Amino acid sequence: MASDAGTAGELLVARDIGKRFGGIAALSDVSFSIRRGEIYGLIGPNGAGKTSLFNVLTGIYTKDSGTFVFDGAPLDDLKPDEVAERGIARTFQNIRLFANLSALENVMVGRHVRTHATVIGAIFRGRRTRDEERAIRRRSIELLDYVGVRRRANDLAKHLAYGDQRRLEIARALATDPRLLALDEPAAGMNATETAGLRSLLESIRRDGTTILLIEHDMKLVMSVCDRVLVLDYGKKLAEGPAAEVQKDERVIAAYLGGDVSLNLKGT
Amino acid sequence: MHAFFDTRRRPALVWIGLALVAAALIALPWALAGIGTAWVRITNLAVLYCFLALGLNIVVGFAGLLDLGYIAFYGVGAYVYALLASPQFGIHLPFWVILPLGALLACIFGMLLGAPTLKLRGDYLAIVTLGFGEIVRIFLNNLSTPFNLTNGPQGISLIDPFRLDGLSFAGTQHVLGHALSSPIKYYYFLVAVLLVVIVVNVRLQNSRIGRAWEAIREDEVAARAMGINTRNMKLLAYAMGASFGGIAGGMFSAMQGFISPESFVLVESIMVLSMVVLGGMGNVFGVVIGALLLSYIPEVLRYTVGPAQQAVFGRTLIDPEVFRMLLFGLALVLMMLFRPAGILPSAVRKRELEQDSADGQ
Repeated sequence: MASDAGTAGELLVARDIGKRFGGIAALSDVSFSIRRGEIYGLIGPNGAGKTSLFNVLTGIYTKDSGTFVFDGAPLDDLKPDEVAERGIARTFQNIRLFANLSALENVMVGRHVRTHATVIGAIFRGRRTRDEERAIRRRSIELLDYVGVRRRANDLAKHLAYGDQRRLEIARALATDPRLLALDEPAAGMNATETAGLRSLLESIRRDGTTILLIEHDMKLVMSVCDRVLVLDYGKKLAEGPAAEVQKDERVIAAYLGGDVSLNLKGT
Repeated sequence: MHAFFDTRRRPALVWIGLALVAAALIALPWALAGIGTAWVRITNLAVLYCFLALGLNIVVGFAGLLDLGYIAFYGVGAYVYALLASPQFGIHLPFWVILPLGALLACIFGMLLGAPTLKLRGDYLAIVTLGFGEIVRIFLNNLSTPFNLTNGPQGISLIDPFRLDGLSFAGTQHVLGHALSSPIKYYYFLVAVLLVVIVVNVRLQNSRIGRAWEAIREDEVAARAMGINTRNMKLLAYAMGASFGGIAGGMFSAMQGFISPESFVLVESIMVLSMVVLGGMGNVFGVVIGALLLSYIPEVLRYTVGPAQQAVFGRTLIDPEVFRMLLFGLALVLMMLFRPAGILPSAVRKRELEQDSADGQ
């Protein structure tokens, strides 16, 4: 990739990212860049390294090699909470909500990193703390409204329907005021109607100025919503480019359908 | 206070309720003293257990960190008070100096325990905290040589009671024709502090800090991904919990006038943990109820089981002490079967949306 860090158009630049687990290379020399304001798809067969890439990016794993440059500054060796503070928020493939907190409280936790009340402030509950609490609550309700689960605000997160839990996780991530929203298979387990709703949610998030990195298996969703797509296979970059082009790439088809099948397809 | 009392909707009712509770709290020791002064002392100890349970609730109930050595902080607070207000070193500082010092030292011990256990959870955390509690007790037991700091197993006696401008909390005084006995004076002090501690706990829970603790309890990985510095927040939970324990320890010292390492054994840690679990982890009022129940029930049994057997069989068949542990175990088993989340489970505080948005805009 000939991408220069710090270019105005690029929000995240990854260079030669590598991660090994024992003898297995989960990621090797993966480079890509995400432009401001786009929805960037990350696809590949199961075990291709998509979630590993997420975990390396968000500081849950430490990478073995390579660099991330986020918004013009390096993003190396930061802990997950520091990554969130820098402006990258994520959701999880297997939903990780705070199950025994209400939907509203889940989103309020997301405001933590952008607010300041200390123990002393919490105990004395002065004017500043009260104002901040009110602002946290107001913003959280707005976000619940935004993703469409406001009516469930007071219900425990674990009691929400599956699709609503996915949406709530997005609201919680948005509460951290991210510049890059990283979504790990948000449409998994959703039916067609829910997926359509998710698509319009993603589009409005983008319209409101947040860049999205999207891991997704639902190709219809990826192809309809993503500006560009990165394809991983066995931890390596297989292809990168506009969705329509990647879709036609033979190596991508081979990776998804299996080498033999595609060879046979070619033969016929 | 309207964090937990809805003073806006029915102000009159709330104020009448508060007045009734206050009147009951003021009248209680006199009623108890009518039965026997011992019951006022028992109540005072019950209130101390409330402090302990509330402190442990921050660590276990809010932040979800299992701590089996909590009584160590109680011990630290108790010994700080004992050493700085007794003939042991001939130091006699006033209580309002020592109690904060005890809280501070317990807080430091809390962080000392917290630091090495940050990456542990579940069983491993339980074992390390258990070990920590024992280490503190064994130190208290053995720090009599080469330099006599704690006086070893003999403990420290003749500890000063609270004194405030010539008003001593020991002995009986006559105020407006009423005899104010020592336990009654301590009772009022303890209840006043308890109210403050409850308010502090409720406010912490309904704050940015409390939410961060609960997020860690629910899912640490997700909490970190949301930008919560879990290391600092866990240390903070240990420090806050420990300092409540330290304050309780200082008051225990002053009330008893004598302490020894015997008071800070593992069973006490387990007792406090049972109070938290029984009452409902994470629910401030539940924890208070749990502490009161587990403090009173054994005493009630002590005073009823023996005489009851005497009346029925003419002699004591089962030692009341044995019997109360039996009933105690039975009560816990029944609790786990029928109310596994505690007497008052940590209910989600209902937040009325209409009211919220009205607030917000």
